[in-house]
Amino acid sequence: MNRQYIIRRILIAIPSLLGISVILFGVLAMAPGDPFEELATNPAIPPEVRQALRAKFGLDDPVWQRYVHWLSAMVQGDWGFSFQSRMDVDMLILQRLPVTLIVIGASQILAISVAIPVGVLAAIRPYSIFDQIASTFAMIGFSLPTFFTGLVLILVFSIQLDWLPFVYRADVDATGWAFYWEHIKQSIMPVIVLGLAQAGALVRFMRSSVLDVIRLDYVTTARSKGIGERKVIVRHVVRNALIPIVTLVALQLPAVFGGAIVTEQIFRVPGIGSLLIAAILANDTPVVMGVTFVFACLVVLFNLIADILYGWLDPRISFR
Amino acid sequence: MNEHELRRLIGDVKVGKLSRRGFAQRMLAVGLTAPMATQLLAVSGVAHAQPKSQYKPTKRGGGGLLKVLWWQGPTLLNPHFAVGTKDQDGSRIFYEPLAAWDPDGNLKPKLAASIPGREDGTLAADGKSLVWKLKQGVTWHDGRPFTADDVVFNWEYAKDPGTAAVTSGSYKDIMVEKVDQYSVRVKFAKPTPFWADAFVGTRGMMIPKHLFADFIGGKSREAPTNLKPVGTGAYMFKDFKPGDLVSGVINPKYHQDNKPYFDAIEMKGGGDAVSAARAVLQSGEYDYAWNMQVEDEILSRLEKGGKGKVVISPGGNIEHIQLNNTDPWTEVDGERSSIKTKHPTLSDPAVRRALSLLVDKASVEKHIYGRTGIATANFINNPKRFVSTTTKYEFNIDKAIDILEKAGWKKGADGIREKDGKKLKYLYQTSINQPRQKNQAIVKQACQKAGIEVELKSVTASVFFSSDISNPDTYPHFYADLQMYNNGPQQPDPAVFLRQFCSWEVASKANKWQGRNITRWQNKEYDDIYNAAQKEIDPVKRAAMMIKMNDMVVNDHVVIPVVARPIVTAVSNKLTCELSGWDNNTWDLANWFREA
Repeated sequence: MNRQYIIRRILIAIPSLLGISVILFGVLAMAPGDPFEELATNPAIPPEVRQALRAKFGLDDPVWQRYVHWLSAMVQGDWGFSFQSRMDVDMLILQRLPVTLIVIGASQILAISVAIPVGVLAAIRPYSIFDQIASTFAMIGFSLPTFFTGLVLILVFSIQLDWLPFVYRADVDATGWAFYWEHIKQSIMPVIVLGLAQAGALVRFMRSSVLDVIRLDYVTTARSKGIGERKVIVRHVVRNALIPIVTLVALQLPAVFGGAIVTEQIFRVPGIGSLLIAAILANDTPVVMGVTFVFACLVVLFNLIADILYGWLDPRISFR
Repeated sequence: MNEHELRRLIGDVKVGKLSRRGFAQRMLAVGLTAPMATQLLAVSGVAHAQPKSQYKPTKRGGGGLLKVLWWQGPTLLNPHFAVGTKDQDGSRIFYEPLAAWDPDGNLKPKLAASIPGREDGTLAADGKSLVWKLKQGVTWHDGRPFTADDVVFNWEYAKDPGTAAVTSGSYKDIMVEKVDQYSVRVKFAKPTPFWADAFVGTRGMMIPKHLFADFIGGKSREAPTNLKPVGTGAYMFKDFKPGDLVSGVINPKYHQDNKPYFDAIEMKGGGDAVSAARAVLQSGEYDYAWNMQVEDEILSRLEKGGKGKVVISPGGNIEHIQLNNTDPWTEVDGERSSIKTKHPTLSDPAVRRALSLLVDKASVEKHIYGRTGIATANFINNPKRFVSTTTKYEFNIDKAIDILEKAGWKKGADGIREKDGKKLKYLYQTSINQPRQKNQAIVKQACQKAGIEVELKSVTASVFFSSDISNPDTYPHFYADLQMYNNGPQQPDPAVFLRQFCSWEVASKANKWQGRNITRWQNKEYDDIYNAAQKEIDPVKRAAMMIKMNDMVVNDHVVIPVVARPIVTAVSNKLTCELSGWDNNTWDLANWFREA
């Protein structure tokens, strides 16, 4: 892999990240509300306290000044601190990043490991019973919003059957196998909700992508050479059909983070998404900036990974 | 109820003819809060009752994990920065005040050895000082002893403007000095009838001097203990993830024997109120859930799950409609609703009276709030045992029409009443919140029948309740004729809450709408009573003044109280816990236990 290429891509990302931060900061500054509004409605708290806090946290400065201040601190690695909890923003994010990555990672793995075989099998025998069933479920999967499937799962598996807990606890008070078992039990529902919604779309794409490839001449050539059907599909068809899927998965990841925000709220998964929602509701600018910055970095990173994967899947794609 | 009668009742309690509880209930009936009533007894020389404990466990620990659900998790754990109840509740797991408010409004000692009183001379007769005797042998979680130095430090910490503590209001005007290792004296500049503010309840949690001494003033944010509390409470700090989780483990050296029962506590945050109710009432995954802001109908349905029950504790909050005394439609010196103007139609007492007759409180209670909002005539009240003798409410459209007719407001061609070319047309605003929109519709319907046109407006809560000076839609601007929201004393004494009707508190452009008087009602008599009450050393006279102030704003229809909003929580059937509307949810956590 070309190291220069990667460096160039990262350098290109810098102006777009800067642009994102300017827009975000501007929108947040224009949005109504005040991080200390609860202080204003409580008659027992003197108004001077709120004024002192605003002055202390620099909220009375002009917007551009606050932005420059934030940016220069950020460049030096200081993410600032939350107005709400007075905790450093990077600490807040680090506390929650592992859970987000585990839940989203597991749901992506689930989505991919379901979607690819199902999509391929459906495409090999189009319009068969299997294909019909797979397509129907795929339709249902991506049509139903996560807040709905999440609630249905809770009602069935937590309330009716009482099998799974619906409140996610990051600190499980168990050790050894029980610890992992508890974690798996509580992750099942959020991972299924997120994974199946993703898988629905992926199955459709995988199927049409395989259908496109399977008709091409080189597949016929491979078959006529007498290579076994399994090998033809795995080595020749799927590998080429995966290229658009890689793009899709990489570009959908930000959308998955968006979907995860809803799922995180339903199951109380202490992920980065619920942190973002709470921060937005509380007008906690440094946290909103920090979290969206992490999201932006993730998007840039996954785009880069997708490009690198292209090269592996199809060596003809070059990097300049 | 007048002063003489009050004195007779207090005399009855002294000689044992009337129970403390009976006295408190009678005080409630005249619009006095329960804590106020017990304070009356204390200052008049009647000892505080020792509430009997129903705590059953006979040894410390062994109860396993206590799981509680706060759908908005605590975001900080320093009680002096704790803004909302969620932060105070979270801090209260680890920190304790000198005394706490029980559900009947009695003071219950926590870190104090006893409650200051007249009989042992710890409460001065002139109301200008008192002495707190501290419990001996209490240690912080790190083993250091808790002494008078810590109490004095908390005062210094909170009153320092650089600290910007939200509790500063309770500490900035008092003087605190150490008497000896285990007693402190609190001095007031003026006679202070309601003395149980500093060091008590939500505003009185003690932080340790040895860990915060270097972080007073401007450096307050940097204290590492802000995030890792070291208190005196029944549970010791284990983990904290802002907005998500607060966890603690049993304090093996807790200063009360055999307590606490649970080995650990986990306070989980996030999600929404309905699913929190579900986790306690229906699936039984959690033992307790806070602040059930859910329609009563849904709560009742979830209760059928049989795992838990909804517990309603009376508090001070009141959902009320405010009537604008100034003209919101005329701009004077760059502001509307200026105190230099007068409302063209609402300034007529007949119109105000008619409006109050057009609010169907009983229907609001029955069809909207159910158990979670009780129709009331009073602004200051305790909903559960509320019976009023001096104020009453009525819903009567015919009577309203009659009053308007007599005052000369005749129906015009369009069906709207008018007089001298001024029409009874009002803009009625509130925040976006489904029960409030239903409430608005009920009022609008009745007004229409009486020939008053009401236009409804609803503003996003984050805008309505903000203090943004440039946004005209906030509630302190009050650029409307009528508006409705919920607020309460947040403190057991109504004086601070009643300050919102004093003339000098008028919200205006000059004070950036930070004045507390939103209705802009001005009344010299009210101001005089308020000022006199602030100086009044005789608690009985002061009580009569409080009642008078409540009656004035209600009878003058400055506000129309609609429903009192109690504190609603979901509790597992197995959990025994005492909740108080005058203190934090976790005020009595050390006494919580699970029935076997």
